[in-house]
Amino acid sequence: MELNGARILLECLKREGVDVLFGYPGGAVIDIYDELPRHDIRHVLVRHEQAAVHAADGFARASGKVGVCLVTSGPGATNTVTGIATAYADSIPMVVLTGQVPTPLIGNDAFQEVDIVGITRPCTKHNYLVKDVRDLARVLRQAFYLARSGRPGPVLVDLPKDVMQAKTEFAWPEDVKLRSYNPTYRPNLNQLRRAVEALIEAKRPLFFAGGGVVMSDASEELGWLARTLSIPVTSTLMGLGAFPGDDPLWLGMIGMHGTYAGNKAVNNADCIVAVGARFDDRVTGRLSAFASGARIIHIDIDPTSIRKNVQVDIPVVGDCRKALAGIREIATTRLAEKDWATAHEPWLAQVSAWRTEQPLTYVKNGSIKPQQVVETIFSITRGDAIVTTEVGQNQMWTAQFFTFRKPRTLLTSGGLGTMGYGFPAAIGAQFAFPDKLVIDMAGDGSIQMNIQELATAVCNKLPIKIVILNNGYLGMVRQWQELFYQRNYCATCMEAQPDFVKLAEAYGAEGYRITEAGELESTLRAAFASPHTAVIDVRVEREENVYPMVPAGAALDEMLLV
Amino acid sequence: MRHVLSVLVENEPGVLSRVAGLFSGRGFNIESLNVAPTLEEGVSLMTISTSGEEQIIEQIVKQLRKLVTVIKVVDFEGIAAVEREMMMVKVQADDARRAEVLRIADIFRCKVVDVSLNDLTLEATGDHGKIQAILSLLARFGIKEIARTGTVAMRRSMQPETA
Ligand SMILES: Cc1ncc(C[n+]2csc(CCOP(=O)(O)OP(=O)(O)O)c2C)c(N)n1
Ligand SMILES: [Mg+2]
Repeated sequence: MELNGARILLECLKREGVDVLFGYPGGAVIDIYDELPRHDIRHVLVRHEQAAVHAADGFARASGKVGVCLVTSGPGATNTVTGIATAYADSIPMVVLTGQVPTPLIGNDAFQEVDIVGITRPCTKHNYLVKDVRDLARVLRQAFYLARSGRPGPVLVDLPKDVMQAKTEFAWPEDVKLRSYNPTYRPNLNQLRRAVEALIEAKRPLFFAGGGVVMSDASEELGWLARTLSIPVTSTLMGLGAFPGDDPLWLGMIGMHGTYAGNKAVNNADCIVAVGARFDDRVTGRLSAFASGARIIHIDIDPTSIRKNVQVDIPVVGDCRKALAGIREIATTRLAEKDWATAHEPWLAQVSAWRTEQPLTYVKNGSIKPQQVVETIFSITRGDAIVTTEVGQNQMWTAQFFTFRKPRTLLTSGGLGTMGYGFPAAIGAQFAFPDKLVIDMAGDGSIQMNIQELATAVCNKLPIKIVILNNGYLGMVRQWQELFYQRNYCATCMEAQPDFVKLAEAYGAEGYRITEAGELESTLRAAFASPHTAVIDVRVEREENVYPMVPAGAALDEMLLV
Repeated sequence: MRHVLSVLVENEPGVLSRVAGLFSGRGFNIESLNVAPTLEEGVSLMTISTSGEEQIIEQIVKQLRKLVTVIKVVDFEGIAAVEREMMMVKVQADDARRAEVLRIADIFRCKVVDVSLNDLTLEATGDHGKIQAILSLLARFGIKEIARTGTVAMRRSMQPETA
């Protein structure tokens, strides 16, 4: 039987296991929307296309599945760009479906025409313009395959209106053939042997976990190796949750706002096993001083990540989980060659001395400290929540003071640092886990970048909690101005803030305000117990800073401390 | 260091901009770029001449391989290869100078492809070095115009024994 493009699209989505679609309609996709009600796919109408992409992204990060969103041509498509770039920077599997003007009009500056394939070329893993309905099923199959395989990432498929209307015989391609795309999953055995050799020789080894550990579900392997071989663990922001934050071997995140112990450990280790991390400048500090005394073993599925920024002694290209499992297998046969615990004892004593010397801390003074809000939320929830963040100080305090113990419990825009990410991502995460507590740790600036999604949350009865660490500033920028620009607070004071409580109520959500430290716990508990979308406006100390801080261009161990 | 890369690609719309965009977006150099179909339908060969430190070249090769439409990348560095480019060059050559220009053309086995009262157009092929040499020798006569292809290259069938 011949089906039209819109129907084929939905048949393909169903076969790819898609049951929720975040989207926003328009003329170019109206045929798809016409078809949608006849299919068992839930469509979530957002209030801005950027939010559709972040929601699909949050859904993907929380569940490990491919997130999908659908928007119209022109402005609908351009509104997705920030969301796509966000997902690309953090390697999130996603398929973005954009409407396009009918094929005969392409190139004519038609109404609501943009070259979205051209625009998103540098921020997608791959993208397609479907010009013939007979290609549609194959392209969609490839798009999903590309999004989730190898190093995952967003794939965009541009769908001209006439292609959605045209009919053809529908055949679901059972498998995907792409001779030009063959990710390396299985690591080279020799390299793994060399890695184990290096670990046997090491006196001060360190694991350094990135988002790849979360993405490839490698936490268990990492945990086994760390504990069996007595090796302490640090991570990037994206790697938080990959290793339990309450484990004695955990040193905290490293980088610009990393822990003292973590940053010291990196620059004093003699062997670093970097797993699924790409040595972003926020993580390495001044490159010339980074881990200068260490042999570096770098495991990554993307060969371009290796030796891009940091010289590597033992490169291992492959899936992180497979690589760690391989190291485990080899290490198991060689455990007797070293008394691991004893051999690493002085090193473990050293790192724990750093940890007690300079723990993450803040000065308590009776006013509400943002760090204290995060700690209180951790203790109320006992960590059993999915936490998203906005960007800025709120993000760093969440990373520092919430003890993440499981992968996929922190959803944050690491690579791009997109303000406005957290709330729509929380919506996506709540759809992936309807029964979990989902909290967006927000800043007063960031939350206003996608606050319109309160309507989406209320309309879909999502019990998401938005905790605004309200300092009345674009706090992270203000902190830089304070520390490096002689307190020239230009354009960082958020004057004329809305009344967040009334705003929440206007959308039909609940609004809470906390102005006294004494109310913190009880009000948060009440808000978390409520079955409704809630905004909690917490008036925190306005000029609190995030410490430790490695100034841009400084070495990791040149930290400013509290 | 100058490197010549041969890049086999699926000939899909946009493939050229994917490759060109990769170079511009990441600040890599393109000295020349040549694209043409191969014997296999739907597959094109790009020959890119680029330069940079070893680590940059390594990134360029890896980044090219990462593009979904790229089938194969070969860096000719360390491989015995035949390398050619073609140039047409229009040189001032009045009666007094013509003989000398023709002598140089002869030495480099250039063809004369166009003549007028005041100039000669030569067609030259050779590797990058030869083309540069012709240009510098002709410079003193006054070069009016040049048109060059990019480099193309092919692996030699016989490779020297590697130690
Ligand atoms: C879309 C976007 N615009 C600008 C920035 C630059 N920026 C980084 S942090 C920050 C301040 C964020 O303010 P707020 O959300 O109130 O968080 P706070 O730092 O105060 O916790 C800004 C403007 C950004 N990261 N993203
Ligand atoms: Mg703020």
